[in-house]
Amino acid sequence: MDSYLLYGITIVLLLLSFFKDRKKTSMALKKGWKAFDNILPEFLVVILFVGVMLAVLDPQTISKLIGKNSGWVGVILAATVGSITLIPGFVAFPTAALLLQAGAGYMQIGAFISTLMMVGVVTIPVEIKYFGRKMTLLRNFMAFLFSFFVAYVIGKVAG
Amino acid sequence: MVNLIKRYRSFLVVLVCVGLLTVFNRGIGIKALSISARSFVEMLFIIPPVFVLLGLLDVWVPRESMIRYMGEGSGLKGVLLSLFIGSAAAGPLYAAFPVSAVFMKKGVSFSNVMIFIGAWSTTKIPMVLFEFESLGSAFALTRLLVDIPGIIIIALLLSKMGGKEEIKQIYDNAEKIDPCS
Repeated sequence: MDSYLLYGITIVLLLLSFFKDRKKTSMALKKGWKAFDNILPEFLVVILFVGVMLAVLDPQTISKLIGKNSGWVGVILAATVGSITLIPGFVAFPTAALLLQAGAGYMQIGAFISTLMMVGVVTIPVEIKYFGRKMTLLRNFMAFLFSFFVAYVIGKVAG
Repeated sequence: MVNLIKRYRSFLVVLVCVGLLTVFNRGIGIKALSISARSFVEMLFIIPPVFVLLGLLDVWVPRESMIRYMGEGSGLKGVLLSLFIGSAAAGPLYAAFPVSAVFMKKGVSFSNVMIFIGAWSTTKIPMVLFEFESLGSAFALTRLLVDIPGIIIIALLLSKMGGKEEIKQIYDNAEKIDPCS
């Protein structure tokens, strides 16, 4: 549903652009394609990594590690799994819901979801290309630490 | 052709590894490949608008207005715009990197670029809606309320810690790797 909205907006803007200036529009499309083409090799590597990861880790395995009574050790584990894996939202949220049903704790799931979104170990090489080593490592490290705070608050409010 | 192989070298190496994995453990290998194929198709569906919009942005929006709205000294307006654009996006975080390079090229301030990255990673509207549905409003709302100030603080800290030299280098680099050329 959401991507239809984005498609709609894109098509409207593209038509506007086309009526205003055809040459500029074809230039924009070429540039967009170029940007996609530039990052495609990295995309494909990441996608393969994610495939292997999801094939190895199933919900039962994960929920055993990060149960309600696993405490901060469970939070650290969950944060580590979340940092390393790269799961798209439409898979991650239902999985997290399953994990909660299977006995995982809210604090641990909070850490998992937060690091999943903010920390990307697999994509660090791509990020370094754009932001340099120092900023990339700092950003991921701060996001990792911040996720513990997020987990703590979620554990207090939702747990 | 040689160029093509060179560019896709890492992909080919990983592909061969997954192939070997499949030889040793058929179950996991095939599962991995089918998940990868599915996410690839998913990506091809989600990602095109992002790159078309990126191209349109690069061609139509002049540097001056980007600086005015999101550059140094754009203040609260810049923060809110960065949050909004990041939240309205779709696609995985690594698709945000080329977009940030164009932002930097157009003069968006470093802290706003970082806020945009933070919003893209945590407050994307379609994703948050899905989160409400799957994990409930207590979980999703709490995360959102903690994350929004969090990404702003992290962005400000990063641009402080980066220092002028480092950030200038990143901007020069963005000019060089201009993803649209």
